[in-house]
Amino acid sequence: MATINPTRMVLNQMKGRLRTAARGHKLLKDKRDELMRQFMDVVRRNRELRIKVENGLTEAFAALSVASAVMSPDMLEQALVYPRQSVSLDMGFKNIMSVNVPEYDFHTKSAEPGEIFPYGFAQTSGELDDAISALSGVFNDMLELAQVEKTMQLLAQEIEKTRRRVNALEYVMIPDLQKNIKYISMKLEENENSTKVRLMKVKEMVLQDAHHFEY
Amino acid sequence: MIPMYKIGVLGGRETVMGFKALGLEVYPVEDLDEARHTFRRITAEEDLAILYVEENLAEGLKRDIDKFKDKPNPAVILIPGRDGPLGLGLSALSAAVERAVGTNIL
Repeated sequence: MATINPTRMVLNQMKGRLRTAARGHKLLKDKRDELMRQFMDVVRRNRELRIKVENGLTEAFAALSVASAVMSPDMLEQALVYPRQSVSLDMGFKNIMSVNVPEYDFHTKSAEPGEIFPYGFAQTSGELDDAISALSGVFNDMLELAQVEKTMQLLAQEIEKTRRRVNALEYVMIPDLQKNIKYISMKLEENENSTKVRLMKVKEMVLQDAHHFEY
Repeated sequence: MIPMYKIGVLGGRETVMGFKALGLEVYPVEDLDEARHTFRRITAEEDLAILYVEENLAEGLKRDIDKFKDKPNPAVILIPGRDGPLGLGLSALSAAVERAVGTNIL
């Protein structure tokens, strides 16, 4: 408080800063609200997918357990060791309220559903087939989950940042500036008053000296 | 040719095995130390886009995983292991909500 100069120039500067701060506050608040709206959609979707994926994977693993009980571990490993399928992933970025979130697009090398089994059917059990097809069924959801979850994390970070800025402006910057402006304008008014009083006093003294005038 | 990205799966040998058949990059690990080393090695690679990590490793890798929360790439996603979901995935979701909103509204 003591460091600010109660002058007209500083007052004008402060007023300008207050205007900017108020506008920034409004904009950031809007940004935060919109981010929040998007975020809630993403969270809801994420929840759905997570539950779906967890259930799907649990099922797939259960099937795999059965398969590994039926087959010898060596055979099982041998059956899976050379994948016939391969997945390539394409990644792009989408801009949500100036947050860059990834978008995945994947292609499997062979589109035929029968081709997911990397082994011949002669030496493997049917349970393994079930496990692998369950796994590949849940894989689509897993990819979407990855996208949605990453989006959620990035949005959460941006919302946190924006929220902090909004709060800093609302509870620190703007009240501070208002206080300073009030202080300066009061100080200026006081100076003006004291100048006026001094002038009146001088005038009175001068008049008295010249004409022995008295009110 | 557009650069293609990899999808990795980090977890116990048995968890990871099934994903190999789908054509993903798999990283079987025996214990937490090995998991940490592998995690650091593969996340340093440029072309890794998604890494699925088994939940029972996630507790021990928390620090390393948290580093990637604010980066667009790679996405580190928890998946349940063979013993079924531990609820860590859902609690990560609540944590993100709490971070954004300030309180847990779910």
